[in-house]
Amino acid sequence: MLQDTRRTDVGPGIGVRPVYSRAPRNTHGAEPMNETLILLAHPALEKSRINRQLADAVRNLEGTTFHDLYEAYPDFDVDVRREQQLLEEHDLVVLQHPFFWYSTPPLIKQWEDLVLEHGWAYGLQGTALRGKRLLSAITTGGREDAYRPDGHNRFTIRQLLAPIEQTFALCGMEYLPPFVVHGALGMTDEEIRGHARDYRRSLEALRDGSLDLEAAGRQPRLNLRLDELIRDGEEDG
Amino acid sequence: MQGGFFYQALVYLTAAVISVPIAKRLGLGSVLGYALGLVGDEGQDVLHFAEFGVVMMLFLIGLELEPSRVWRMRAPILGLGGLQVGVTTAVLAGCAAAAGLEWRIAVAIGLTLALSSTAIVLQTLAEKGLLRTGGGQSSFAVLLFQDIAVIPILAVLPLLAPPGAAVHGGGDHEETWVAGLPGWAETLVVLAAVLLIVLAGRFLLQPMFRFIARTGLRELFTAAALLLVIATATLMMKVGVSPALGTFLAGVVLARSEYRHELESNIEPFKGLLLGLFFISVGAAMDFGLIAARPVLIAGLMAALIAVKLLVLLVLGRVFRMGIDQNLLFAFSLAQGGEFAFVLLSFATRYGVVGESLAATLIAVVALTMAATPVLMTLNEKLLQPRFGTLESAERPADEIDEQNPVIIAGFGEFGSIVGRLLLANGVGTTVLDIDSDRVDLLRKLGLKVFYGDASREDLLRSAGAEQARLLIVALDSGEKCAELVATARRLFPHLTLLTRVPGRGAAYELLDAGLEHVFRDKLDSSLRTGVEALRLLGFRGYQAHRAAQTFRRHDEAALRELAAMRHDQALYINTARQRIRDLEELLQNDLRDAAESRDAGWDTESLREEHGADAGDER
Repeated sequence: MLQDTRRTDVGPGIGVRPVYSRAPRNTHGAEPMNETLILLAHPALEKSRINRQLADAVRNLEGTTFHDLYEAYPDFDVDVRREQQLLEEHDLVVLQHPFFWYSTPPLIKQWEDLVLEHGWAYGLQGTALRGKRLLSAITTGGREDAYRPDGHNRFTIRQLLAPIEQTFALCGMEYLPPFVVHGALGMTDEEIRGHARDYRRSLEALRDGSLDLEAAGRQPRLNLRLDELIRDGEEDG
Repeated sequence: MQGGFFYQALVYLTAAVISVPIAKRLGLGSVLGYALGLVGDEGQDVLHFAEFGVVMMLFLIGLELEPSRVWRMRAPILGLGGLQVGVTTAVLAGCAAAAGLEWRIAVAIGLTLALSSTAIVLQTLAEKGLLRTGGGQSSFAVLLFQDIAVIPILAVLPLLAPPGAAVHGGGDHEETWVAGLPGWAETLVVLAAVLLIVLAGRFLLQPMFRFIARTGLRELFTAAALLLVIATATLMMKVGVSPALGTFLAGVVLARSEYRHELESNIEPFKGLLLGLFFISVGAAMDFGLIAARPVLIAGLMAALIAVKLLVLLVLGRVFRMGIDQNLLFAFSLAQGGEFAFVLLSFATRYGVVGESLAATLIAVVALTMAATPVLMTLNEKLLQPRFGTLESAERPADEIDEQNPVIIAGFGEFGSIVGRLLLANGVGTTVLDIDSDRVDLLRKLGLKVFYGDASREDLLRSAGAEQARLLIVALDSGEKCAELVATARRLFPHLTLLTRVPGRGAAYELLDAGLEHVFRDKLDSSLRTGVEALRLLGFRGYQAHRAAQTFRRHDEAALRELAAMRHDQALYINTARQRIRDLEELLQNDLRDAAESRDAGWDTESLREEHGADAGDER
């Protein structure tokens, strides 16, 4: 949804602006691990239709830390120590972004370059991320059938995501089947709301361990047949 | 007057200071508070003087109204106002005639009592914040028409004198220039005076205020503002027009001026005091002996007057398709007699239209209905609105809030103007205050909405909309004024987020110490950019220099906040400062010397080379 440029208010976050927000879990005494860290990267979220709704669907999800990278580092001056600390504190990392030029927006690349340091994230002593899980949550303009060997984009989405998959595999992280919203360009509001609901359900199921990852791995993307993947069925946000 | 001026002042001020807060506390508004301070028995004299408060109030109301808005209101002013005066006069005159009065006297009484009290109604509506609602606007339109109608009524009254009635007492208090002129010449003179006010407002007052503002003497500006109001009022009285109407016109002419806010804040306290005095003297004007002698008659007349006016107003509101809420507000605010009734009654008595005892009775009735207005309005608000209202007043028309910008910028020099232009370019409305009259002049020529005035003054901040704004950007050149403004804003408008420009570390410490968060040293960014450019000219890579500056800034900001807390301890401060400077130097040096310690280690392959030898690049 394009925003009206004549703004009468001054945006949401004037004053003390928390760079990231944590939604506390209800279960007290739970270990700090097993919490979700959502890293959102969209250089123009105010113009986004889908990513904004996806983000809003999970922003306050229980047990989740929501971190808007372009809001925190508009000048690309990534605070490496803080980012590393955040990664250490969470078990599941979600990298949510539009799939620009078969890749991430540049701030994620900057973030990867600076935060995933040798000797911390990878290398002989680099074990900080071992055993954690990473989920790509992306939106593509092209429709799903364009991501086929005979399609417009000539490669499958998993093939195109390989650099990201391998980046985190090198850090010893498990790369989950990606959450992909295809055909973002011509989507009705109703469809967008459906994807936002699916996104929230996926993260809840991952958090609660109620998602059949093995079955998901056989699919091109996580959200293809979500109802069949989620055990105990009807949980909905 | 016994005891002279100071004694009088003492009595009136004491009455005001004691009774107004009590009335406010009881939720009755200051009007009743003033009226409650019933003192003395020389009400008439004081009343005459205090009427000037009404004149000032109309000037201020005019300042709030741009000419285009008055023009847009012409239908309610003429239609609603005209019908109210006409119908109410007819009904009241009918009642009086039915009570056995001669028809001429009945018409005179109808005309006199049809008017409502501009002073009480507007003050009460403004205090309750109802002036901008539909009902408030309609009330205002009607009052404006009544103020205009006073002039022809004054002309008609002598004609209503029964044949053979003697003219009592002297002539007018003020000799008018038009007294002996024929009707057409009188009209011409009035028109000329109006034209004079409009032209002077357009072409003469701007340069005059600019000249006065340039002297930098605040009291001179106050004097000039008072002079403007008094001169206009005097001129209007001389040509036989209501002075309130004249100053209202002057206010409208000046509504688009950049000195509007400054004028407003200068006149405001005088208006408040004089209006208070006026309300007190309304209380004092009541003849208690008379009321005590014929309580039933007076109470009956009072109830009848209010009932007739209420009924006419409610019907008119219905005809003009007001909602029930607004109609109730409209009717209950205007259901009293007005201060002009005092003037008209004494005038009518002089020409023998109305007898002395009848006039005294009517004055008492009018004064009592005026005093009852706040009670009536509270009654409507507390009892009727909750029962019959639909709460439609919540949805006020949005276009009325013309200057309620989310951002106020104090100081529009080099610094403030860049901030302001950036916001404006992104569609964020800003209200700008600046103390430099030449600059204000120039900026207004460029089409920017800039107002002249000292932003550290509470009243000016208020009229610039500080109560509704979200951000206050303090971009003043003077550090002293800046501290003053910050203190004022934090005390009175705690909801405002302050963004403050400071000249250097010292001032930054002060504000950080005071708990402010958004403090900007005005030289930090330009000096960092200069440093980056110097590094590049010396052969550093562009991005390297840029990253160095980013590191420096982050470090320096952190150190500033840390040092702010300990600057009162001299020794600790110096030690910590030294340590911070060493830290930063080390950090930046490390960037060059030792890659492992560098912040941007991720872009460095040295540790990789060490770990894997020559083929390390394969892995990453």
